[in-house]
Amino acid sequence: MRGALAILAKDLRIEWRTRESVASVFVLGVLLLVVLTVAHDPTPEAAPSLAPVVLWVTFVFTGMAGIQRGFLLERENDCLAGLLSAPLDPADIYAGKLAANVILLGVTQLVVVPLVGLLLHVDLWSVLPGLLVVLLLGNLGFAALATLFAAVAARTRARETLVPLLVLPLLVPLLIGAVQATQAVLAGGLGEARDALAVLLAFDVVFAVAGWLLFTYVVRD
Amino acid sequence: MDAPPICAEGLGRGFAGTPVLAGVDLVVQAGDAVVLLGPNGAGKTTLLRVLALLLRPGAGRLTLFGTAAAAAPPALRRRIGYVGHESLCYPDLTAAENLAFYARLFDLPEAPARVATLVAWAGLEGAARRPVRTYSRGMAQRLALARALLHAPDLLLLDEPFAGLDPEAVAMLQRRLEELRRAGHAIVLATHDLERAAPLATRLAILHRGRIAWAHEGAAEPTAVASAYQAVITRRA
Repeated sequence: MRGALAILAKDLRIEWRTRESVASVFVLGVLLLVVLTVAHDPTPEAAPSLAPVVLWVTFVFTGMAGIQRGFLLERENDCLAGLLSAPLDPADIYAGKLAANVILLGVTQLVVVPLVGLLLHVDLWSVLPGLLVVLLLGNLGFAALATLFAAVAARTRARETLVPLLVLPLLVPLLIGAVQATQAVLAGGLGEARDALAVLLAFDVVFAVAGWLLFTYVVRD
Repeated sequence: MDAPPICAEGLGRGFAGTPVLAGVDLVVQAGDAVVLLGPNGAGKTTLLRVLALLLRPGAGRLTLFGTAAAAAPPALRRRIGYVGHESLCYPDLTAAENLAFYARLFDLPEAPARVATLVAWAGLEGAARRPVRTYSRGMAQRLALARALLHAPDLLLLDEPFAGLDPEAVAMLQRRLEELRRAGHAIVLATHDLERAAPLATRLAILHRGRIAWAHEGAAEPTAVASAYQAVITRRA
């Protein structure tokens, strides 16, 4: 746990100093939202049904860019070797990187969610508690999966293309669950989203445990 | 008697089907300073990374301090310090922040004092508030050495440690390594810079085509080593 906290603090410090991930996430997020909204040009009645799709597509694509950068940090100056030469369980490295990615994705959601509400004229404030639960579960699952595969891809030459290729197909169940849960929350509240939330929770548990167990084989040569 | 820091038998390792190490036998005792020489591609870096537990050997047996490297418990890494071709330090952090981060990973007591001591030893006080990205090659190498020494490891694995260092820093490093060796630490140093490494060596070895092709116990005249080096390369070419 000590190692995981140190890695989390280090990643946040670097991000705070460079603001590279946040800047790219912000620009890409706004661009995607504007394009998706303008392309559909929905009526005020149709906009709420479009909001979940726009929200999660934007979140996934912007988040992907941010998460990839997280492991590029470890490639520069062979810093991953520094982590691996420390007396740490590799699962601690996974936990630290996962926590940093969850926070980064949380910042992404802070940008994306209000913009979705604004551009699609959806009242998110009244359903905020339920929406936060869905956002958190979606965030955790995405981060658990993407952290593991960003580590896999970081060892390859084609890492920029490999992460989306590996992550996006596996992300389909989470995306379906997240979109359905968001639709249910916007329509009637958290109670309506029970089945979709169960899918999200199961996805989170499966990939967090898989990442925890498999990370050692991914990063150790 | 304590288990030797390194006991390697028939170590092998390849990349994409190309063998790089082809049966390295090496025993290093506490207080030994082994200088590894060899042409480019001889396997020096791969051997050091295997010994540093950063690469798994493809063949052979490796025990470090009596513990099988295949098990490699995290505590074993606490006894190893490694300097590679890169600094292993984050370019967007300062020298002190990098060392403090590693001190946290190694759970070192009195970390701030230890970090300050090593920043001073590396001669980086003047640049301590600058991100490592702005450092010269030599400054980054000084920081890499400070990072490897931070947790006072019993076994130091150094890959081209003199690269980029000015004469003053070379002398400083030579003094430090000699002190550590006399204190019973084991050192394995891979280099092309025989002149700078030879004074430290208790054993010289030439690695060629993934094997130790020549070894010499004790100090040796650089000219004699150079002749042996030429003979090995020519004989096995």
